[in-house]
Amino acid sequence: MKARVYVMLKNGVLDPQGEAVRHALGSLGFEGVNGVRQGKVIELDLADGTPEATINAMCEKLLANTVIESYRVEVL
Amino acid sequence: MRAAVIVFPGSNCDRDMAVALKAAGADVDMVWHKDASLPDRIDLVAIPGGFSFGDYLRCGAIAAQSPICRAVVAHADRGGYVLGVCNGFQVLTETGLLPGALMRNANLKFICKNVDLKVETSESAFTEGYNAGDLVGYPIAHHDGNYTVDDATLSALQSEDRIAFTYGDNPNGSVADIAGVLSENRRVLGMMPHPERAVDAGHGGTDGQALFRGLVGQLAQA
Repeated sequence: MKARVYVMLKNGVLDPQGEAVRHALGSLGFEGVNGVRQGKVIELDLADGTPEATINAMCEKLLANTVIESYRVEVL
Repeated sequence: MRAAVIVFPGSNCDRDMAVALKAAGADVDMVWHKDASLPDRIDLVAIPGGFSFGDYLRCGAIAAQSPICRAVVAHADRGGYVLGVCNGFQVLTETGLLPGALMRNANLKFICKNVDLKVETSESAFTEGYNAGDLVGYPIAHHDGNYTVDDATLSALQSEDRIAFTYGDNPNGSVADIAGVLSENRRVLGMMPHPERAVDAGHGGTDGQALFRGLVGQLAQA
């Protein structure tokens, strides 16, 4: 089975990289880009039947730093 | 006084840290990250700067899960002293020994220069060689030194006098100009600036000597 983990900075945590991307889009002439948030996508190739709770534990212990990041798990 | 300097793949300030500790009178063991235990009778663990595991995933995240870090956490839980500098500070936040996290610098640049710092407290073995309010110059060299912490924890850090150093001219966007913080028991210090690069006049300054001399002196008595 495969799972995809989306890791994003929490709302309210300033994202300087997203802000730089937003500026760059503006300077390329793309108008109306009001905000950019940059995150990570992590794809996991897992043994069949791996419980979602185990995937959440992987996120809590390593894949996300829950001080500043939130995560979402999508089992494919 | 015995100190262990942890070496990860990608550490690059480990020898500087050992030199600074030895110059202050410590016996130093270099400890490889795959070791599951610290040498006997270690007073201080120093986690040096560098780019452990290539900063993969997040700075310090992989190092924080290495076998030796479990021993470092156990050492801290027993009341042992831990100093983390630069990448070492990032590792300490990733292990949870210190609160907060270190994000990409606000200006997105890797910053390598000397900075002025204010010693905010002399109430720790690390800073007892200074007076609160002293201005010191240490080098910084980091891409991810933008300290962030939630408001409640920041209030606790302030009210418990756990902010060890602040920047004179905030280079990286850190909340409340924070350059270094102490644990609740004041025995774990994490800081982005490099005191170990400020112990030899030939390297541009010796303001870091008081940190190592004070620390080694305090722990030798203990």
